[in-house]
Amino acid sequence: MKVSAEEVKHIAQLSRLTVPETEMQIFTEQFNQILSYADIMQKVDTTGIEPTPYVLPITNAFREDIAKPGVSHEAALSNAPAVENDGFKVPRVLE
Amino acid sequence: MKLYELTAHELHDKLVNKELSSVELTNALYARIDEVEAKVNAYVTLDKENALLQAAKVDAKIAAGEKLPVLAGIPGGIKDNISTLGLRTTCSSKMLSNFIPVYDAHVIEKLRADETIFLGKTNMDEFAMGSATTSSYFGATHNPWNLDCVPGGSSGGSAAAIAAGEAIWTLGSDTGGSIRQPASYNGCVGIKPTYGRVSRYGCVAFASSLDQIGPITKDVTDAAIVLNTICGKDEHDATSLNVEVPDFTKALVQDVKGLRIGLPKEYFGEGIDPKVKAEIEKAVKKYQELGAEIVEISLPHTEYAVVTYYIIAPAEASANLARFDGVRYGYRNMEAKSAPEMVTMSRTEGFGAEVRRRIMLGTYVLSSGYYDAYYNKAMQIRTLIRRDFEEAFQKCDVILTPTSPVVAYPIDGKMDPLQIYMLDVTTIPVNMAGLPGISIPCGFVDGMPVGMQLIGKILDEETILRAAYTFEQATEYHKVFAPLGGNNND
Repeated sequence: MKVSAEEVKHIAQLSRLTVPETEMQIFTEQFNQILSYADIMQKVDTTGIEPTPYVLPITNAFREDIAKPGVSHEAALSNAPAVENDGFKVPRVLE
Repeated sequence: MKLYELTAHELHDKLVNKELSSVELTNALYARIDEVEAKVNAYVTLDKENALLQAAKVDAKIAAGEKLPVLAGIPGGIKDNISTLGLRTTCSSKMLSNFIPVYDAHVIEKLRADETIFLGKTNMDEFAMGSATTSSYFGATHNPWNLDCVPGGSSGGSAAAIAAGEAIWTLGSDTGGSIRQPASYNGCVGIKPTYGRVSRYGCVAFASSLDQIGPITKDVTDAAIVLNTICGKDEHDATSLNVEVPDFTKALVQDVKGLRIGLPKEYFGEGIDPKVKAEIEKAVKKYQELGAEIVEISLPHTEYAVVTYYIIAPAEASANLARFDGVRYGYRNMEAKSAPEMVTMSRTEGFGAEVRRRIMLGTYVLSSGYYDAYYNKAMQIRTLIRRDFEEAFQKCDVILTPTSPVVAYPIDGKMDPLQIYMLDVTTIPVNMAGLPGISIPCGFVDGMPVGMQLIGKILDEETILRAAYTFEQATEYHKVFAPLGGNNND
């Protein structure tokens, strides 16, 4: 076992997710199965090899700074689960 | 021949010659959908009213003698992770089950400019995470060649819709094989363009360094036609390439004489179904007969591609899917007492098991203490995978492989996540290296279609299209229609 159920709970918390108690065992097993498999990467010598985050040599992409119409206020709010006073409504953030 | 069995280029001729109207054609497609959709479940959402309005507009233009693009008036389907203004876009997730986009994806803008018809949104694995279209919140899609089998994925709805005659062309997206593998399982043509060829603007992000939109069609000509429309620079996607887009239909030439086709030995070893291998070997012989030169090549880091992918893609996904917090759009748990609780409960209830697993895997490999061992290591191996291809392309012009080591398997087949991940070994390296890849039909195993993958150099879609076209014109596989046999036991 690479990660315990406790650690899975912590990762879930970092991910803003919870793992239901009923799924915890199978979830932890599957998680560990994948991580154990990832050990084969250690067979590869990558000393001095540059990582590839993107395949193409793209740096900054510039365009002219010209004002254009964007998404309207009404459209931006149109999919919100709760709206109040022209804003996104959420439950209390601070006590 | 039924209308739904024809290709876009054949139907275009009929529209232009006024043998057929777009309204008739669109109605014929919806009639076919009514007939088979209960068995196939290729669509999440249909948009008949708007489709018929658009068809009537095209008919009026044809009547007025206007010259129209090939796709004008030809009904297609759009994978449900591609944003369509005013038309529900769910990613086949509970999270977005009520989401109505407020803008069009770049590819949709371009297709609208061509006056094409959108029949509806096609089913997929939730957030494109899967290779069987079984993780959709709206139920699994079934393979029209045998309804007891998976259609592949994640663009399973887009491929099954083509095979079942429920669309003339469709769009899919491909992060680790999600266009090519379902195209292969459904006897279709599917192409993943070079990374950066097609704007990702409006395609709901899964793994941004790997995702690419592309067409699924009945033949290579239609694939080239759809590519012509959707490729090109877009300022909304910083990774979209500012390069000239050729007329891809000009590449459709029957000639592979002297073309050097590389066979990577790693793709023909352990793990490949011997019957699939036999079909691919037949295709190789066909190419030899047609004048191509076959060369053996090696892509030595192939065995690390899957593991590298299942580190990199979840890492990127965990960041991309952080936006789903129940605040601005998407599912929200309305009972939560505080904002942090609302976010956690909404995400836990809104995402399915595979999506949650990948977000957590990604979070783990990016977390402090593990970043170097997993994520950075995977990105270094990605460099080696890229170099393998660069070296191989010194010896050959295209690389030929099976699209998948197997044919479509039973929907209720019991496999654990890792076993399913391993099947992606033939398609993943192409995304890792950003190369273009096409899958075309090249045989059958026990009545199920086999796909052959042709991989090209960066931005060299034309050579793989030419090779694919030449094979297609010399064979009949693409002309066989799916029988809709077997049962849908859902």
